[in-house]
Amino acid sequence: MGQPLSKRERLSMIHVEGLTKRYGPSTAIDDISFHINRGEVVGLLGPNGAGKTTTMKILTCFISATAGKASINGHDTFDQPLQVKEQIGYLPESCPLYHDMDVATYLAFSAEVRGVASHKRKGAVSKVISDCDLGKVTNKLIGHLSKGYRQRVGLAQAMIHDPAVLILDEPTSGLDPNQIRDILSLINNLGQEKTVIHSTHILSEVEATSDRVLIINNGHIVAQGTPKELMSRSSGTTVYVTVKGSDVQSQLAAAAFVNKAEKLADAKDGFVRLAVQGADQRDVSLDLFKLAVEKDWLVSELKAETASLEDVFAKLTRGQA
Amino acid sequence: MNHVSSIFKKELRSYFSSPIGFVFIIFYLLVSNAFFFFVQDFFRQGQVTMRGYFAAMPWVFLFFVPAITMRLWAEEKKMGTVELLLTMPMKEWEIVVGKFLAAFAFLAITLAFSLTIPASLMYLGKPDIGVIVGSYVGALFLGSAYLAIGLYISSLTENQVVAFIISLAAIFVLLLIGIAPVWLNALGSIVSVCEYVSLLSHFNNVTRGVIDSRDVVYYASVIALFLYLNIKNIEARKWR
Repeated sequence: MGQPLSKRERLSMIHVEGLTKRYGPSTAIDDISFHINRGEVVGLLGPNGAGKTTTMKILTCFISATAGKASINGHDTFDQPLQVKEQIGYLPESCPLYHDMDVATYLAFSAEVRGVASHKRKGAVSKVISDCDLGKVTNKLIGHLSKGYRQRVGLAQAMIHDPAVLILDEPTSGLDPNQIRDILSLINNLGQEKTVIHSTHILSEVEATSDRVLIINNGHIVAQGTPKELMSRSSGTTVYVTVKGSDVQSQLAAAAFVNKAEKLADAKDGFVRLAVQGADQRDVSLDLFKLAVEKDWLVSELKAETASLEDVFAKLTRGQA
Repeated sequence: MNHVSSIFKKELRSYFSSPIGFVFIIFYLLVSNAFFFFVQDFFRQGQVTMRGYFAAMPWVFLFFVPAITMRLWAEEKKMGTVELLLTMPMKEWEIVVGKFLAAFAFLAITLAFSLTIPASLMYLGKPDIGVIVGSYVGALFLGSAYLAIGLYISSLTENQVVAFIISLAAIFVLLLIGIAPVWLNALGSIVSVCEYVSLLSHFNNVTRGVIDSRDVVYYASVIALFLYLNIKNIEARKWR
């Protein structure tokens, strides 16, 4: 409280240090620290109940942390909530909106309350209406809109005051694939000039949009890095091979390009199915094929599978929940 | 102050964005007029006074005011919109006061429709306009106290029906302690405390058209107390 900010706090857009939130006896997030630079798009990833929403609620000053601190653009969320709220646009998890208002009225209300100067309000409203493609529903009641449109209205109100930081809690939940693609491309566009933190449990979304990923599980950050970095932490490429020959497994295990060869099952007619991981995590299917030719094995399946973020995610979050 | 007016406009608009606001007004007029003209038998009384009308007001408001306030916070909580509302750059008191003023305006609009009664009285005879104006002002004070209580109770729950019933019960108790304490006589000074605390005893002067500064102070205190509790309750989510 009240202490001058460290250099890092001033430089990063979102700075979180030792953040802990307890609800009675249960701990939602436990000693979380991270920082997000200006203009970064960061995906907050984790299973349901991991603490993503709690983190976002603290960042938006809706609730306070039990311990630790968070600041946005140098303003502490506990001491200077008004300044923090002015910097952010927020889309809460279930996209709550006033169903008895029409879209234009609601956006005008948001602009007013978010402090857009009165002579700029009309412009701000029509800008987000075109950015979020709401032209067709401007005069409809929000309660009558489809889920996809509501989500876009939610995004529109978050962007209306041109905030430096956007905090989006599961912006794509409950949408169909086309709508998801629309929202993701919108987030990509926003990421050109704004700091965006968005949460999801769909990994392909993060791969598509985010510069960096924070994986949260059970209230702890279990991994962070670019999607690429995270994927390299996995087992790399696995080659699945079904072969028939003598003493296949031990010969494979002995080969120089193989890191690990694991027998999965006995297939029929004397074939065996193996999962082979190459040395230095590369794809070894070609080497495998050459070896099989050399040893005169019969091959009925040869398939390389690159580990996705899903695998990393599963590895990091399984068994602890 | 801009935020207060933004919230005020939003809430007042929402009273009239569906037929419910109009239905409410019509229902209020039906009930209060029926009470005045038929139950209290205005036409046989032979007096051009609204005293009976205002005497019934604490009891009519008992049912109508909680209906005005029940949704103000409960609905925001239920729909989740409270999360957006409270993460907008406003202070808690601005939101509470904005909501209160909107509910007050709705009550005032409803009461304004009852001005047909004094108009009729003026047609029938020569009512004491001063008394009637005083009574209307007093009724607005009484109603505002109810509104502040109802608004606060609405912030305690996310269920509108619960908000309505608890508000009604709370106001009912605050009315009753003004007339019930006959059996409390044994306890002596408690009676006068009860009478002072009761919403009802302060309204007796009002029905006579007298605006006593003590009553004004009382109603203003009730309003201030419950708005304060309301603000604190909204801030309580951030206490640590």
